[in-house]
Amino acid sequence: MSKIQRLVLGRLALGLLTLFAVSLLMFAGLEFLPGDLAQQILGQSATPDTVAAFRAELGLDQPPHIRYLDWLGGVARGDLGNSLASGRPVTDLIGPRLANTLFLAGYAAAIAVPLAVGLGLMAALWRNTAFDRGANLGALSAISMPEFFVAYLLILFLSIKAGLFPTLARIDMASGPVDALHATFLPALTLILVVVAHMMRMTRAAIINVLASPYIEMARLKGVSRRRVILVHALPNALAPIVNVVALNLAYLIVGVVVVEVVFSYPGLGQLLVDAVSSRDLPIVQAVGLVFAAVYITLNVLADIASMIANPRLRHGS
Amino acid sequence: MTRHDTLRPTRRGVLAGGAAATAAGLILPARARAQSGPQKGGTLRVGFTQGSTSDSLDPATFNNDFMLASGYAVFSTLTEIAPDGSARPDLAESVEPSSDAATWTFRLRDDAAFSDGRTVTAADVIASIRHHMGEDSNSGVKPLLEQIADIRADGDKVVIFELETGNADFPFVFNDYHLGIRQDTGDGTIDPDSRVGTGGYVIEAFEPGVRIELVRRDDYWKAGAAHFDRVVILKVGDAAARMNALMTGEVDLIDRPDLKTIELLGRNPNVKIHTQDGTLHYTMPMHCDAAPFDDVNVRQALKYAIDREQMIDTVLRGYGTVGNDHPIARTMPFYNGDLEQVSYDPERARSHLRQAGLDSLDVTLHTADAAFNGAVDASVLFSESARAAGINIEVSREPDDGYWSNVWLNRPFCCSYWGGRPTPGLMFSTGYAAGADWNDTNWDNARFNELLASTRAELDQDRRAEMYGEMQKLVKEDGGALIPAFGQYVSAMSTSVAMPEEISEMWDLDSQRFVERWWFS
Repeated sequence: MSKIQRLVLGRLALGLLTLFAVSLLMFAGLEFLPGDLAQQILGQSATPDTVAAFRAELGLDQPPHIRYLDWLGGVARGDLGNSLASGRPVTDLIGPRLANTLFLAGYAAAIAVPLAVGLGLMAALWRNTAFDRGANLGALSAISMPEFFVAYLLILFLSIKAGLFPTLARIDMASGPVDALHATFLPALTLILVVVAHMMRMTRAAIINVLASPYIEMARLKGVSRRRVILVHALPNALAPIVNVVALNLAYLIVGVVVVEVVFSYPGLGQLLVDAVSSRDLPIVQAVGLVFAAVYITLNVLADIASMIANPRLRHGS
Repeated sequence: MTRHDTLRPTRRGVLAGGAAATAAGLILPARARAQSGPQKGGTLRVGFTQGSTSDSLDPATFNNDFMLASGYAVFSTLTEIAPDGSARPDLAESVEPSSDAATWTFRLRDDAAFSDGRTVTAADVIASIRHHMGEDSNSGVKPLLEQIADIRADGDKVVIFELETGNADFPFVFNDYHLGIRQDTGDGTIDPDSRVGTGGYVIEAFEPGVRIELVRRDDYWKAGAAHFDRVVILKVGDAAARMNALMTGEVDLIDRPDLKTIELLGRNPNVKIHTQDGTLHYTMPMHCDAAPFDDVNVRQALKYAIDREQMIDTVLRGYGTVGNDHPIARTMPFYNGDLEQVSYDPERARSHLRQAGLDSLDVTLHTADAAFNGAVDASVLFSESARAAGINIEVSREPDDGYWSNVWLNRPFCCSYWGGRPTPGLMFSTGYAAGADWNDTNWDNARFNELLASTRAELDQDRRAEMYGEMQKLVKEDGGALIPAFGQYVSAMSTSVAMPEEISEMWDLDSQRFVERWWFS
């Protein structure tokens, strides 16, 4: 087994272990929430009798460790259980929401990642010019404002004043792909504005860092063009930090967008999670939490692996 | 907006009902009123605060406005609350009590049919009611049905209820949103997931916590109802998102606009603000069996130490009316208007304290915005105004999460709200009778309980008015509930949405029956 294979396998095993730890922490955290599912679902129409009947029906009278082991066994078989509140299978509830979340994240990422890396490269290429300063200023201003504020500004100007885009991102009622892209443009734009700065600045910094190396100076002395120096000599060697920050931002686009979902009333996983937490619908909270953790861990593992492969010392090691 | 507000909207709203509508409660441009009768057509798009992924079509689980409005549109009830506050027959054609009000005979309409063409029978009604009864039931309406000793059918179209004791208010029970009539599956039960109802609309699409799409039935049996062709209700939890959607015309009607920014909505010429007085009220219950609240003078001192007008002006932003420490709204039948209005009077509060043998008083008020929006501000205001009377109120802010299970009913002095009930009898039985589950003041007044028992079966309206009047006085002067204000229901809509001159104000939006009662002008 090569060194790189061992490293990759090690990362994967570590990822799985992290996922298991997260599931345990989540379960423990939920146990400490005040209140009670039966009370929440029944509203204050809950009398001690109806609450007791409901708890027994849902199996909430079992001790916590039994419920955790039952759940873990189910997950291993691909069965996430049924929602306590509505009785529907958790996979049915999560499926369409996950698709919506991935759609929005994909939409934003498809624009944000090339844009950020491109801007970062150009900023490094024309370092300390007006373009560099302008790009930095714009990106940093966008990230300095809370995302809901960015969202409200976009709604105010592009929706209420200009009437270009809807304020409710009803992807579920969109008639086709073009309509869906139009309906979800404002939340996507909000997310783009929030994530571009981080990736752009990291790209710029990584490239500039590499540009200070002796081999770049050598290339310059050979008379290689500035553009070629950056794209062919500098970029591949700056890839590791860039890939890492891109992965971090992609994970954020999937797991951290609940505020944007609320502002645009977008039926994504974040809203499902908030709904589930407030109604104490534990199977959904656990399942969504697990999906989020899995996304986060997977993207980070992928980023690690990508930077290992990008590193010639690891790639060509024995 | 708090999450909790959206989740437990109709917390104690076991029974919807109507208060007499007053035109004064409506802020509408004159041209909206000048419209002639209802017109058919159009798609009404609604943005609702409530609605949750945990919603289902099982009527036992209904607990928010989203499901109330949808339920009423698809599944008719035996009775409905009329604009004048009375319970009028809906699926029932007539409702007859025995002389002791203990036996009630409901005759069903001959023409009422389900959306699959079958006509409604007594068996359907019995199965639908029984769904909420019995040991295993976890339905919110279960406590209200416990008074039923027996239900039987007399032929296909007559249902007879035998009650444990007489109850003159019994027809009001059947307006409850849990009690929409479903089909008997043949073995005396209903299929809780079935979408077949007798209402004016059928469900075309339903995604819990996201949206429901309703389409009008062309063969609806009820005349003069169901005017919109289609109704789409969207859950839009964020107040700003709801208001934006209304401003850009993406929805036609929203509930619960943010009162802080509602003036901005009012500036839009295509939008109108709508208010209803209703029976919603905010309370600060004191436990009458816990020191120091076990002394009636302490309770009275606190009632005179709160500045009600200030609370309405600042916390409710003017969308409310002063409460008089009893839960009966001005718009309800049997309201006692002869009682002296309690007002802010630090001197009088001090004199009550002296009668209790105290120079000053230290109490803790437990509060959270889960109790009602602005409860924390109201508590701080109260603490300031009470200081002038020598009363030190320590405001203890509790987490919103779990407020109803950990604080309400458990702490001797806290903030709360009631959605109200259509009749004084139901209101008193639920929240003020000794031993009631939700008697949140632990109040036990012998005279009050005696009066309550004798009004229940009293069919003579004058006698009832007299007894209910005395009960309101008792609650005001002896009870543990400080009721500073009645809130108004506020909604906003496109100017093209029209409604009848008189609407039911018991609950928001024509008591959530707007889907079949309103129209586009």
